[in-house]
Amino acid sequence: MTVNGWLQILLFCALLIGLAPLTGGYMAKVYTGQRVFLTPLMGVPERFFYRLMGVDPNREQDWKSYARSVILFSLAGWLLLYVILRTQSIQPWNNYGGVAFHAAPWNVTFNTTSSFLTNTNWQFYGGETTLTYFSQMVGLTVQNFASAAVGIVVAIALIRGIANRTSKSLGNFYSDIVRTILYVLAPIAFISALVLVSQGSIQNLSHYVSAHGISGIAQTIAMGPVASQEAIKMLGTNGGGFFNVNSAHPFENPNGFTNFYELLLVLLIPAGLVFTYGKMVGSRRQAIAVFAAMFVMFFGAVTVAYAAEAHGSPAQHAAGLHTQVIANSTGGNMEGKEQRFGVADSALFDVVTTVTSCGAVNSSLESFTGLGGAVPFANLSASEVIFGGVGTGLYSILLYVVLAVFLGGLMVGRTPEYLGKKIEAREIKLVALGLLITPLTALFSTALGTASAAGRASIDTAVTGSGPQGFSETFYAYLSQANNNGSAFAGYTGFIQPNAGNAGSHGVTFADLLGGLTALFARYAPILFALAVAGALAGKRVSPVGLGTMRTDNATFVVLLIGVIILVGALTFFPALLLGPIVQALTGHLYG
Amino acid sequence: MRREVLISIRAMVLLTIVFGLGYPFLVTGVSQAVFPGKADGSLIDRDGAVVGSALIGQQFYEPVIGKNGKPETSKGVAVTQPDPRYFQTRPSGTVPADNAAGSSFANYGPNSVITKDAIQSNIATYLALNTAPDKHPYDPAVTHAAQVPVDAADTSASGIDPDISVANAKIQAYRIAAVRHLPLATVDALIARHTTARSLGFLGEPGVDVLELNLALDGSK
Repeated sequence: MTVNGWLQILLFCALLIGLAPLTGGYMAKVYTGQRVFLTPLMGVPERFFYRLMGVDPNREQDWKSYARSVILFSLAGWLLLYVILRTQSIQPWNNYGGVAFHAAPWNVTFNTTSSFLTNTNWQFYGGETTLTYFSQMVGLTVQNFASAAVGIVVAIALIRGIANRTSKSLGNFYSDIVRTILYVLAPIAFISALVLVSQGSIQNLSHYVSAHGISGIAQTIAMGPVASQEAIKMLGTNGGGFFNVNSAHPFENPNGFTNFYELLLVLLIPAGLVFTYGKMVGSRRQAIAVFAAMFVMFFGAVTVAYAAEAHGSPAQHAAGLHTQVIANSTGGNMEGKEQRFGVADSALFDVVTTVTSCGAVNSSLESFTGLGGAVPFANLSASEVIFGGVGTGLYSILLYVVLAVFLGGLMVGRTPEYLGKKIEAREIKLVALGLLITPLTALFSTALGTASAAGRASIDTAVTGSGPQGFSETFYAYLSQANNNGSAFAGYTGFIQPNAGNAGSHGVTFADLLGGLTALFARYAPILFALAVAGALAGKRVSPVGLGTMRTDNATFVVLLIGVIILVGALTFFPALLLGPIVQALTGHLYG
Repeated sequence: MRREVLISIRAMVLLTIVFGLGYPFLVTGVSQAVFPGKADGSLIDRDGAVVGSALIGQQFYEPVIGKNGKPETSKGVAVTQPDPRYFQTRPSGTVPADNAAGSSFANYGPNSVITKDAIQSNIATYLALNTAPDKHPYDPAVTHAAQVPVDAADTSASGIDPDISVANAKIQAYRIAAVRHLPLATVDALIARHTTARSLGFLGEPGVDVLELNLALDGSK
């Protein structure tokens, strides 16, 4: 580990703590209909959107109506994206790399469509070898906006449910979507795209470039509208790369500054929403308590990942490499990492994108050390409540908060209350179901993928050999898709493609379908439960604070909350974690 | 219900037009106007033709000449080897190496014999390249695995990493100086000139852009 590495990590944390209340306060204004500095610019387009959609933005919706809108909007998006991806052969901007891209087969397309709809952005395809610019822009970029917006508005609806004392209303879905995109996502994405281009990210609609090379070895360089997608991919915690290697590609992430900037984009909204919540329920202290719980777990994860990667891997040591820092070299585990990021920025990137549902990578997760690779497992096992995805992180941790209040209430022997609202049998049932669905889906899919020959076909034995890495690949694939993360131990294959174009490509149908279904189920079921909890809490009477009321805004509660999150995650996942990442973290043995 | 279905379709179509076409076109237009070279991939021209991108690693290889004096081929494809006159990039996991139209990870795991073998092979290649025909290492301080910088032995993430560490470049400098009959100080000065510092002085890691450095080498003789 180096002083400079820690300097970057600490500055990142400081900026995170400084920016979160600002974005949070801004978003609170947006969602309570107040005037913000963008109102003069966006007011007209906003009304224009409502008119073209045929929406009355002032129509209040209860939880069932809100949920229906979420489902219908997502269904329309799913169908449109599927059609776009399946009609590649008739699209413009095709045959730009010397090969005309046909549509991927139905099974891969099912996976890609489902995963972009759910903010997962799992990549069983390689962008530059299979997708046209049309598919990337008109298909994928649009869902980068839409899926992020859906996550955010569900969180906002849950906040309104907690805050509303007299009405059953959770707001208007389409108004929330339009305001999210116009006032939050689009302006930040637009400016960020230009920032990225200024550093070397590309943005064009050119043919792939043929370079003749210094040595006369021809090199084809893939082009495309990269920066516009990169910006929203990070901001919306989507994570699906324009290129196969995602943010490790120099055109997506050209230097140390863009790396740092992209990571701030990832956490900007999830961390900010915590303070939006504080504003909207009228208690900044609640927000600080939730933020503190998230931050403690985040910082712990960064520390472990950085230390593990700086130490190096058993394979490196067996090969005779020295992995400590020497003059002019970072040392550490540089397998699957880029020189411009080194070990510290790769570890930080890994943690930021796996605590959130982003899942972008700037290094190969599969090549992380055993312990370094166990960190993303741990992050995902906590169901992405450590900041989490845009919106999803907040609504998930709020379910945990209610659970912690319930457990705390049992301990002190009082009817549990949260912000004055009684937590009763109906609420706690919905919360428990909402929290358990994602872990159970992940475990069920992993079991299927491990126990069946069709599932094991996806394991990349050419690089895993016979060791625990094969199980880690499988487990990570479904843990990641169930949490709508999308990062991968990328040896796990659903789509075999030759390097020249996608002619003759085929999918591993089992992995494609199971992954897609996992992502869909583990996205929409928790959304419905979160909205149902919102519906149950909305309009509940608030009882006055008494002497025996358990406080939810002090350090004791932060510890309780962290304890509940770790307890649920550990109890659910410990046996599975033991078989893969923990074995890999503990052993120095090399598997053949 | 029918009304709601219509709204959802209209909303998706509208978002698709505005954010699938409008937004990327707007970014493209502004980028092309304000940062034309960067938006097009930081391409480098030499003698009027594109030689590569400053941000993309490429192969600096030469054909292997057989005993009969002709280039060797294997299955009709010319056999190549690292060209000792040029700085070499990091090991690549793409097929073929440094494939900028099909990036991919190597995915070597931490506890695998396969990984160990791959790293050992990279080390052997590196040491062999930096050893003179008279069996003496060009850099007297680099004789075995423990002295090879990690970035020279470990596969990069993208497979097209444009940079190497300064330590790696300084070792290769001995070879370059010997093969090109240049003073070592001249080569070291070129390395210093083509080292990308950390952004803003502290973000990321310093690296030497191999293509730019090799172009400068060709220009200096």
